[in-house]
Amino acid sequence: MVERLEHEVEGGSVAADGEAVQARLIEILAEVAGTGRGPIDLRAEPAVLLMVGVNGTGKTTTIGKIAWHLSQEFGLSVVLGAADTYRAAAAEQLAEWAERAGAELVRGQEGADPGAVAFDAIEAAQARGADVVIVDTAGRLHTQGNLMDELTKVRRVIAKQMPGAPHETLLSIDATTGQNGLRQARIFADAVEVDGVVLTKLDGTAKGGIVLAIADELGIPVKLIGAGETLEDLRPFDPTDFANALLAE
Amino acid sequence: MFDQLSDRLQATLSEVRSRGKLSEADVDAAMREIRLALLEADVNFKVVKGFTKTLKERCLGADVLGSLDPGQQVVKIVNEELTGLMGGTGRDLAFSSSGPTVILMAGLQGSGKTTACAKLARHLRENGRRDVALAACDVYRPAAVEQLVTVGKRAGAHVYEKGTDADPVEIAAWALEQAKTERRDVLIVDTAGRLHVDADLMEELARIRKRVTPHDVLLVVDAMTGQDAVGVAESFAETAEFDGVVMTKLDGDARGGAALSVKAVTGKPILFASTGEKLEAFDRFHPDRMASRILGMGDVLSLIERAEQQIDEKQALDLEKKMRRNEFTLEDFLQQMKQVRKMGPLSGLLGMLPGMGAMKQLKNANVDERELDRVEAIILSMTPEERVNPALIKGSRRKRIANGSGTRPQQVNQLIKQFDQMRKLMRHMTSGKDPDPQQLAQMMGGAPRPKYKRR
Repeated sequence: MVERLEHEVEGGSVAADGEAVQARLIEILAEVAGTGRGPIDLRAEPAVLLMVGVNGTGKTTTIGKIAWHLSQEFGLSVVLGAADTYRAAAAEQLAEWAERAGAELVRGQEGADPGAVAFDAIEAAQARGADVVIVDTAGRLHTQGNLMDELTKVRRVIAKQMPGAPHETLLSIDATTGQNGLRQARIFADAVEVDGVVLTKLDGTAKGGIVLAIADELGIPVKLIGAGETLEDLRPFDPTDFANALLAE
Repeated sequence: MFDQLSDRLQATLSEVRSRGKLSEADVDAAMREIRLALLEADVNFKVVKGFTKTLKERCLGADVLGSLDPGQQVVKIVNEELTGLMGGTGRDLAFSSSGPTVILMAGLQGSGKTTACAKLARHLRENGRRDVALAACDVYRPAAVEQLVTVGKRAGAHVYEKGTDADPVEIAAWALEQAKTERRDVLIVDTAGRLHVDADLMEELARIRKRVTPHDVLLVVDAMTGQDAVGVAESFAETAEFDGVVMTKLDGDARGGAALSVKAVTGKPILFASTGEKLEAFDRFHPDRMASRILGMGDVLSLIERAEQQIDEKQALDLEKKMRRNEFTLEDFLQQMKQVRKMGPLSGLLGMLPGMGAMKQLKNANVDERELDRVEAIILSMTPEERVNPALIKGSRRKRIANGSGTRPQQVNQLIKQFDQMRKLMRHMTSGKDPDPQQLAQMMGGAPRPKYKRR
């Protein structure tokens, strides 16, 4: 990116003064950050969203927020599948979000097969004619081979049950993550074909610059950002705002 | 953990090590490599600058260049400086002489506080603090209290909770009162995750701190944090005045730069490291041992400590005798395997052995614990006679064992074959000959068909 900017300044297409260069830099950053952008696809009935990511990046919270927006603002009926059967009280946490958002919750026993929970959730949604199913999964480090295999299996179960599903696989990335974020994205994308990133915890001092590398190298766009604890703090990603924030002091 | 950093440093140092004589240019080149390796690992740039500067000064000292083996000297200096960077020999928690020891846990959302609370509780219980209690002061995140109750129970700790309607400061104070009357040894206070820029919540943390006057405040830091870690640590140092750090998610492939910078910037040492999904995957952090590990010098001390905790000495002596007399049976093998597995995931243990980092096939080994389950099942399906004398196992016995353990006859065969090999290997070892590393690797895998998945 820097090379490209240097080239343009030298070639004379960008004036060689500080402001113009910065403005152009923001444009370039926004362009890269906006790679492959598109809305979240909810056309299918029900539309199936699969949420994946490393431990503690904010998967369950993000699902709560998405569910709230879909049901309260767009009037869609939402089913949440608590396929994080590993972490203690993960299903309870999702249950509370489901209640706040007015969504229905499908859960399994602790330690149950996550694929089976996903299956039940979609089956329930189909039976009731719900609009959207969001499947939560247990956080896992991308280096845990067997847990990544498990995730691939969950995806396979979903795809088998409903052709074309999951219609959207979202990876949550913590904005404070450093260079490791790119590796996370690469390995998760290999395992489950990630469609978009949800960049969480942007309300801190971290700016989440790693998503630039993810968009640039893997072509996976950021679709949503999380910038706070309340339900309204989930927003669509705006590349220009992001680029501005990246350069702001 | 620290794998990539470790690779680069090892490569650089083996280059230096092989030189008989070092010139200033050699040292310069090595320093440049070390600087790059640290920056790539997310170590804060200021820290890197200071570190390589001291390193260079020491390496150019007369006693290094003039010494008989300058390469070795450089390795030694890097080891010492790396240890210093991470906090010297490390320190223990401050324990109260009377009344419960109070430990306050703080950190960003999702750094792993609740899990770390339970792991710490279990760790302390294993190390002589019988009665550990937890206080559930995260009233914000949905189901955080339930999570602490569940993991607390698993760790064998009592959990003080008042639901989510009470004020966290009051819950903490109440829990401390309870802990005092019930004469608990340790009280660990779990708090809600908070951003260091959230003034209200940071203020609340300061109030909890004031009310319970903890003996130690621990900051929980995700090892994957990038350059931001330093800023976070600085703000928490200001409001929460934390005394030490718990590094979590060190089992990932993050390059661990955050771990290296936090100590350097705030002066607060890393006390504990959390390295896996299970409750046991938690240990004291020893900077000196970690430095050796990063440089590929192994961490035998930690391995021995873990073994001492888990392995029954008398049983071990018995086994040794049996091995010497070559009376080692499948039954003994089963017992031994159980003991080793108590020490934690095998892939973690391998990393502690010196030189293992250099063995490529082991390095990427993802030891499949299920294989071990299978081996256990096979042995458990044998009669006592069969376990002592596996030669008995032919056609129909083999079939019965396979059926009983849910495996195939081939797998039973493989196990027996491998057991034979192992006995042969033992004969070698007890007779004083060096084992073949290939064979040793197979034995470490312990499974009939070690599956080495390459990542």
